[in-house]
Amino acid sequence: MSLLDTTREVMRRDQVWPFLQDDTATVDISHQVLLYVEGLNLSFDGFKALNDLNLYINDGELRCLIGANGAGKTTLMDVITGKTQCDSGTVYFGQSLNLLEKDEAEIAQLGIGRKFQKPTVFEAHTVMDNLELSLKSNKSVIPTLLATLTGEEYDQMDQVLETIGLKGERMMLAGSLSHGQKQWLEIGMLLMANPRLLLVDEPVAGMTVQEGERTAELLTSLAGERTVVVVEHDMEFVRSIARTVTVLHQGSVLAEGSMDEIQNNPDVIEVYLGEAP
Amino acid sequence: MSTLLQNVFGNAKGFARLNGESKVAPFVVLLLVVTVLASACNLLLPQDSIFYVSTYTITLLGKYLCYAMLALAVDVIWGFCGILSLGHGAFFALGGYAMGMYLMRQIGDRGVYGNPELPDFMVFLSWNELPWFWQGMDQFWLAMLMVLLVPGLLAYVFGWLAFRSRVTGVYLSIMTQALTYALLLSFFRNEMGFGGNNGLTDFKDILGFDLQSDNTRVTLFIITALMLSGLLVLSKKIMQTRFGKVVVAIRDGESRARFIGYRTENYKVWLFVYSAMIAGIAGALYVPQVGIINPGEFSPINSIEIVIWVAVGGRGTLVGAVIGAILVNYAKTKFTAIMPDGWLFALGAMFVLVTLYLPKGLMGLWSQFKGEQAVAPTPVNPPNETSASHNPEEGRA
Repeated sequence: MSLLDTTREVMRRDQVWPFLQDDTATVDISHQVLLYVEGLNLSFDGFKALNDLNLYINDGELRCLIGANGAGKTTLMDVITGKTQCDSGTVYFGQSLNLLEKDEAEIAQLGIGRKFQKPTVFEAHTVMDNLELSLKSNKSVIPTLLATLTGEEYDQMDQVLETIGLKGERMMLAGSLSHGQKQWLEIGMLLMANPRLLLVDEPVAGMTVQEGERTAELLTSLAGERTVVVVEHDMEFVRSIARTVTVLHQGSVLAEGSMDEIQNNPDVIEVYLGEAP
Repeated sequence: MSTLLQNVFGNAKGFARLNGESKVAPFVVLLLVVTVLASACNLLLPQDSIFYVSTYTITLLGKYLCYAMLALAVDVIWGFCGILSLGHGAFFALGGYAMGMYLMRQIGDRGVYGNPELPDFMVFLSWNELPWFWQGMDQFWLAMLMVLLVPGLLAYVFGWLAFRSRVTGVYLSIMTQALTYALLLSFFRNEMGFGGNNGLTDFKDILGFDLQSDNTRVTLFIITALMLSGLLVLSKKIMQTRFGKVVVAIRDGESRARFIGYRTENYKVWLFVYSAMIAGIAGALYVPQVGIINPGEFSPINSIEIVIWVAVGGRGTLVGAVIGAILVNYAKTKFTAIMPDGWLFALGAMFVLVTLYLPKGLMGLWSQFKGEQAVAPTPVNPPNETSASHNPEEGRA
């Protein structure tokens, strides 16, 4: 980039310089938008995983992200949660919080919870311990060393156990749970932290139909109070929960709208749904 | 080979869960009873009694307990946090050197050259005054502070650099190995002011008590046993707090721990510092009992031996590490008497066999024997392997 370009970029009139921004810990959603992703670019060894991606998630929304393999869904989540650095672009949480400047732990403490594709729970801990670790609390070393569970926190744990249907398994080691139960435990861990935004990566992978239905119920019941973004391949599942669907293709947004609109969109049919039998 | 590596660096599979299996309290009681009995048999019984415990045995036991403490240090970091340190001998030796410096200053003018200020090796090198880092080491409290601070500080700096850069697994192990090797080479140099390859030796007394007397030796042994018991209990307590749970969580899923908001590098650094301090204390108790500290303690092979003690006893069990250290060292004492050259082969074979066939060590065997089939987590089940791995992004990210 030449000096002139750099100067232009710095002097752009539609932006506020980072040092002037009010980086407070509260999420400002005065414009009803919780997450702003703008102009995101990221390439791995020449392969453009994200290509000028723009995405806006409203507060309280349940949004589904679909797209073929390599469309950039998981990479997008990696960038939002601070796991991967992007090449250019901005990610804002609310009006004022710049997520690209923060690391994973900070982003998690701001109230962004993430569920991985493969269920990742702490296998050597009991279900209760898994939930306790995910509690919203001061997570620096000394307070954690001295932390004890309060009655309220117990109640909250009970409530979450009820929600995820693992009340009977509370003392079991997470490693001995079934696959579906691990998926729910992971969702439960996210709930313990009381997050604003939930990023859920393929929640029904490997689940039976009944388990999938229960998961769908769970996720729809969460929306409204919290904002949920779901990445999923299973179109039936997407149809059953989604109000708004965003289709990603080759690292950028291809289409956005309700499920019916998406299914009738000629571009989408060509690149994505067309491939399905 | 891959199974071996997987077991050494691997996930939850080889580790035992703390609360169910680690019986620290009964072990501490047993340890203290044995200590009291052995001490009493040494001090109170006449030498020709069949129950008499020789002072040599007492010192040997004290040495084993120092090794056990060192094994505890490694278990805390390896068994609970999955950080395989192949350089813990360095922290042990540094603690030992701090104690050795104090003991050297205590010799006073009783050395060969009779210099009241300078230790013998400095006179030999025709130095005229004490180097700055030897100043004040004649004060017991300062020496004890250094026993904790020097290993702690080194661990902090090393850990801060390594863990913040997210160095893990084999790379970290190799770095710790390089750390102890670098220290080995520098302590060999006479210019360092730590006695070169002869190290520090010829100690006379500690706090005014003669190091050769039975009473002092028994006291040192008892102090070692008490210290070990205390550290065992403290470590267990720490592992039962939420801090301990986070540490185990980091071992089993570091990125998950980060995504629920823990700065995992801070946890690792402080656990590493704690572990290094235990190793320093072990070294400080070792030196007066053995009577010498030299750069050989920094040698990488020593650090690898510690890891084997822990593996034999059982990772992540605390008590297992202690038992492993005592048993392997007892075996070493016996074995090297019969076949000195064969010991390293035996040690290597032990490590391979234990990691392959006894991933949970003797403690795992014990709990199996008792029928309380370890509540070990099943290996990560792969029913959705296909659906989880068909997304190429995962491999890249």
